[in-house]
Amino acid sequence: MRSMGSLLDTAIDAPEVREYDVEAVNRKETRPPLYVPRKKIHPRRAHGFFRTFKWWVMAATLGIYYVTPWLRWDRGPGAPDQAVLVDIPGRRFYFFFIEIWPQEFYYIAGLLIMAGLGLFLVTSVVGRAWCGYACPQTVWTDLFIWVERLVEGDRGARIRLDKEPMSGAKATKRLAKYVIWLLIAMGTGGAWVFYFADAPTLLVDLVTGQAATDAYATVGVLTFTTFTLGGFMREQVCTYMCPWPRIQAAMMDEESLTVTYRTDRGEPRKPFEKNADWDTRGDCIDCKACVVVCPMGIDIRDGQQLECITCALCIDACDDVMGKIGRPRGLIDYDSIANDERRRAGKETKLRLFRPRTLFYFALWALIGLGMVYVLLTRSDLDINVIHDRNPLYTTLSDGSIRNGYTFKILNKAREQRTLTLHASGLPGIALKVVGSEDMGDSPDPYFTVKPDRLQSFRLLVTVPPGILKGDAADLRFVLKEINTGQTASYNSLFRGPQ
Amino acid sequence: MSDHRHVDEFTGVETTGHEWDGIRELDNPLPRWWQWVFWACVVWSVGYWVVYPAWPLVSSHTKGMIGYSSRAEVAQEIKTATAGMAGQLERIRKAPLEQIRTDTGLREFAMAGGRSAFNVNCSQCHGSGAQGFKGFPNLNDDEWIWGGTLDAIFRTITHGIRNTEDENAHQSEMPAFGRDGILTKAQVADVAEYVLSLSGQAADGTASARGKPLFTDNCAACHGDNGQGSTEFGAPALNNNIWLYGGDKATIVETVTNSRRGVMPAWGRHLDEATVKQLAIYVHSLGGGK
Ligand code: SF4
Ligand code: SF4
Repeated sequence: MRSMGSLLDTAIDAPEVREYDVEAVNRKETRPPLYVPRKKIHPRRAHGFFRTFKWWVMAATLGIYYVTPWLRWDRGPGAPDQAVLVDIPGRRFYFFFIEIWPQEFYYIAGLLIMAGLGLFLVTSVVGRAWCGYACPQTVWTDLFIWVERLVEGDRGARIRLDKEPMSGAKATKRLAKYVIWLLIAMGTGGAWVFYFADAPTLLVDLVTGQAATDAYATVGVLTFTTFTLGGFMREQVCTYMCPWPRIQAAMMDEESLTVTYRTDRGEPRKPFEKNADWDTRGDCIDCKACVVVCPMGIDIRDGQQLECITCALCIDACDDVMGKIGRPRGLIDYDSIANDERRRAGKETKLRLFRPRTLFYFALWALIGLGMVYVLLTRSDLDINVIHDRNPLYTTLSDGSIRNGYTFKILNKAREQRTLTLHASGLPGIALKVVGSEDMGDSPDPYFTVKPDRLQSFRLLVTVPPGILKGDAADLRFVLKEINTGQTASYNSLFRGPQ
Repeated sequence: MSDHRHVDEFTGVETTGHEWDGIRELDNPLPRWWQWVFWACVVWSVGYWVVYPAWPLVSSHTKGMIGYSSRAEVAQEIKTATAGMAGQLERIRKAPLEQIRTDTGLREFAMAGGRSAFNVNCSQCHGSGAQGFKGFPNLNDDEWIWGGTLDAIFRTITHGIRNTEDENAHQSEMPAFGRDGILTKAQVADVAEYVLSLSGQAADGTASARGKPLFTDNCAACHGDNGQGSTEFGAPALNNNIWLYGGDKATIVETVTNSRRGVMPAWGRHLDEATVKQLAIYVHSLGGGK
């Protein structure tokens, strides 16, 4: 039987506790073997610790997302003053005091690996906390449901409205809801593009129709996806589209905390009766408050399920019920499989946060983090990259000396022009020549200037007198030195000759 | 195929009626979103036929409303790129070679253009790194058969060597001393020994002593008294470590016997002046330019 909605919810004989007419979308007994059309879910509003916590997380995550592009950070003249900016045409990534060049993409890779390992760690400790609290799909769906509730009312009113024939009032409500959704969706897409250009300028451009087609297209696509994913697809994204629910089981073990219904305490479930003998029956009064608040539309009492995003709203709902009927809270709670077994065996329950798995994830995570901090602290704003010519590998000159050609690239990450000298060591009698710099003076080491904030390539010829090179190759070390500051950057390469 | 309806017991869904070794396929309806996408694609494709070139006809094809063609698009892109380069190319055409070489902006532009022109036109003989092959000089080193100054390189590229298409091509002829009977076999061997000694390689002293007067009489006019070569006659230096065909005795004997006659096209007839200039700058920059 399909749910008839809260019209049939029955008030039961306890103050403010009632039994909800609801059925889990994936109810065990009637779970169909193949694809079924989506059953619409009308989650009821929950109240309690986790709901409040989720509001705060939503405020924080949305706040970070919307505000970040508007933060300013002074980098001096000629440089963008946006704190966080992905400058694609200029090939720079700015993050407050950090400035990353494309050559340093490993920072981003490191951050992504850290994010991944962090997710592993969190999942192994508290299950799908990411899904339940911080995932954009969850946050925006939550926001969209909040708007829905604001316009159309809570669960009962929404079910009634769905059933009602179309009328002026219904159309107005629907329209209002869609318009607000659309505005949120546009705001979401709009905020995204601000990360890729100077936000105040781009805002003016967007509004006056001056912005690039790409910007409008991006806003359009993100508006569309936010609107449909948050407004209509909701839990289907988590259940059918997202790979994460399928992988997460690999990070969890029997000690991982996750939202759990305590079967030992709850069963046998029975409708509420006054002055019940709680020793002979379970604490669950089968009121289905936990099902009715679930944004995934499932029944946690059926056990761990792929659909559960561990949003913990069922904990709030049940705690509320337990409070009202005077039973201890925590019939649904964060708990682990190991604790369940311990309880059955009559042992003390415990929280084992430090296990080989969590320690391993943490160690890996911390290691990469420390490595990145180290690299960041020792990052130089002068770098050199030397590429040996592939063809020819060497040239024999008329007097028998051997010459090798190199392309060398200087990364001047500073915002001023610099004068540098290049020195090569490793073989006696080395002569250096930078193609195009022969008029720059008669120092034995060529010197030249590189422009600010620039990668510049030069062609370098290294000649060694006849008879010096033993064998077909020798190590060669290039040292680049800034004349004023003495700052150096070096590169180890090879010098090649005939077999 | 059976024509009676068969309903799967477990799911209550009708099957397609096919059966393979007892396996039947459920005839579930296509998902609605899939159908929507399908019909949207159909509608889209009709619009596409109208707007873009689509249907092949007997000798042509439907052109579409906006007259799009990928060939025209490429042509347009090339045109835009050429227009973008026009200013720089014009400056290169006007400027003397030495000025291009010393002006950083022009030089970088010319080197880039020269490199791509080299890869297209020159690398077949001289190699992609201009490293040369037997009979095709290495352009990285410091020996230049016809001169290694910017102007000499430019001239060589423009007019070529020993070709028939350009009357200003470099011309010179080495006699086939052995084949034409100018020197006997033994004399050729003696000259070869002397040439070996010129470049400091191990040589038979007495044979080389016999070869020396023969060299002075027959070879020195072009290759110089000490084998230092002459860019005027395109006669390579014989007293250094660089050999166009090979510096071992057998190859030298072969060279003296049959002579050598390298040719090169007159690129001035195939490429425009700005390109030849860029080529000259590029080749000069490879390391051996004088
Ligand atoms: S678990 Fe709690 S909220 Fe759910 S039906 Fe039982 S008593 Fe009600
Ligand atoms: S079962 Fe509970 S924790 Fe899981 S999704 Fe539903 S309300 Fe959230």
